[in-house]
Amino acid sequence: MSIAKEGEVHHFAHHFDDADHEYESTKQGVWLFMVTEVLMFGALLVGYLIFKGLYPEVFEQGGDTLNWKLGATNTVVLIFSSLTMALGIYYIRIDDRKKALLNLGITLICGFIFLGIKYIEYSHKFHLGIFPGKYFHAEGFMPDAPLYFSFYYMLTGLHGLHVVIGMGLIAWIMIRVARGTYSSSYWTGVEGVGIFWHLVDLVWIYLFPLLYLVG
Amino acid sequence: MAETQHHEHHHHHLMSLQTHLKVFVALVILTVLTVVAAQFHFGVFNTFIAIFIATVKATLVMGWFMHLKYDGVMNRVIFAAGFFFLLLFSVVCLLDIYTRINPRA
Repeated sequence: MSIAKEGEVHHFAHHFDDADHEYESTKQGVWLFMVTEVLMFGALLVGYLIFKGLYPEVFEQGGDTLNWKLGATNTVVLIFSSLTMALGIYYIRIDDRKKALLNLGITLICGFIFLGIKYIEYSHKFHLGIFPGKYFHAEGFMPDAPLYFSFYYMLTGLHGLHVVIGMGLIAWIMIRVARGTYSSSYWTGVEGVGIFWHLVDLVWIYLFPLLYLVG
Repeated sequence: MAETQHHEHHHHHLMSLQTHLKVFVALVILTVLTVVAAQFHFGVFNTFIAIFIATVKATLVMGWFMHLKYDGVMNRVIFAAGFFFLLLFSVVCLLDIYTRINPRA
């Protein structure tokens, strides 16, 4: 346990019965938001699976174009970042602010590694002329290949946007942890951002095999 | 309803370090399994095997990392409802495509 100095004490908002009521209500709001996220990504995934059923050869060729080693690396990076995110919450809950900051920092770095690998993948494709929809002008593909890559860019792009937003949220709670806002008696913000970051991991768990392996 | 929730959550469960690490190791092993399973050609079943393993991984992330295992019934119902409707949506659509339009895939 290493609390350098006592941070600000959290007072729950007046429309709640007590701090616990506030924590549970906030978390329930985060979970409702997560359901909308699942439905949004879910609709895109079902669309992907329908067109994969209609044009299996096109999707197989598209999937073969992707480097599964980079996808697998990114999967492990995100799973590891989920672990460090969960550990960040664990340490704030036992009032070890230093270790919480360390773990949240590692989570943030994992986000950068993920985006770096994504950048390598995207720039390689752009170089070959693999763009979504009508901008596709790569050689040696089936006529319907742009369909696969439109899904690829939509799914990975939307997921990438969530990674960027998640990283922003992690940076925000890191500042608040450093200021001493969170402790074993109040960690709502860290918990909520954690749930969001794990959802980003959750979406990628489905995207990796569907796009890279069985495409 | 608020009152019953209070009784449930006065003591928030703190998951041990060891459990965190176990979940992480299980997720890495399942990722390797996903890659290995994709090397075999089972036709259309490759997709379903991939989705199945992904769902096992998702359950680990939701239950332990997202603390849903230790959460109140309400949040579990909320999230399960989302997944249930997604399942309904996808199963009906996919049964149609894979049995009627493209039975050879």
